[in-house]
Amino acid sequence: MDCREIFEGLSEYIDDELAEKTCEEIKRHLEGCENCRVVVNTLRRTVTLYHSIEPESIPGDVSLRLHATIRLEKERDES
Amino acid sequence: MEHSVPTDTELIERIGKSDNEALETLVSRYEGRVYNLAYRMLGNRDDAEDVLQDTFFNVIRSLGKFQSRSSFSTWLYRVATNAALTKLRQRSRRDKSESEFLDEANSVQQMAHAGIKLTDWSESPSEKLLNNEARQVMDEAIAELPEMYRVVFVLRDVEGLPAAEVAEVLGLSVAAVKSRLHRARLYLRNRLSAYFTGDKA
Repeated sequence: MDCREIFEGLSEYIDDELAEKTCEEIKRHLEGCENCRVVVNTLRRTVTLYHSIEPESIPGDVSLRLHATIRLEKERDES
Repeated sequence: MEHSVPTDTELIERIGKSDNEALETLVSRYEGRVYNLAYRMLGNRDDAEDVLQDTFFNVIRSLGKFQSRSSFSTWLYRVATNAALTKLRQRSRRDKSESEFLDEANSVQQMAHAGIKLTDWSESPSEKLLNNEARQVMDEAIAELPEMYRVVFVLRDVEGLPAAEVAEVLGLSVAAVKSRLHRARLYLRNRLSAYFTGDKA
């Protein structure tokens, strides 16, 4: 496998979604290719950085307004 | 009496019989997830609130048509994604063109091919990677993704849905989801590399 082929599979590689054989081939390539190794490390780090973002919690007033409009809509429906 | 937590399907059945309490429970169960998705897609609170309201209006209106072939949450994500994309398209800001985006996503491959030595910043101290300025760069980078790449990235890597469910939400093949996800991640990697190291990837 050359760098170009390796590149296409790197997201699946870091997500552990590749067949064992392909995984082994990538591992072997990485041992001898520093640039691909850097891309794997930094791609994986990019993903973990985004995973580490706390979910944006819904502000209390936004939730209150949502529930209020839904109630209003329901009452309008029923009247 | 046993107080077990009602399933989505049970709540939907009760909502069909005009049980408003069941509706409140269902909305409370999912409002946080929908808000987070909308916020990551749109990047600000006002738009996220509009998308949240639109989503639940559409859900209530078409709940009768919901068929339990897919799970309720998959269907809800689909409605929310559509509301977010509609909102995104209403904004006049021009997205990066797809070819411009793909060039930038693939630039690291060209650099590696040309034998330019890439810098590994993955082991940098977390004070550098996790400070507020870095967070802002990460948010800006998401906002630069063209919408169909952004939606895949947000569902998969921010909301944490499996690739197969993202495919179902968006009506795409799993292969298409994975390919878009990969381009989105490469683009974000390049943006972060440029910020953390000064490399022009």
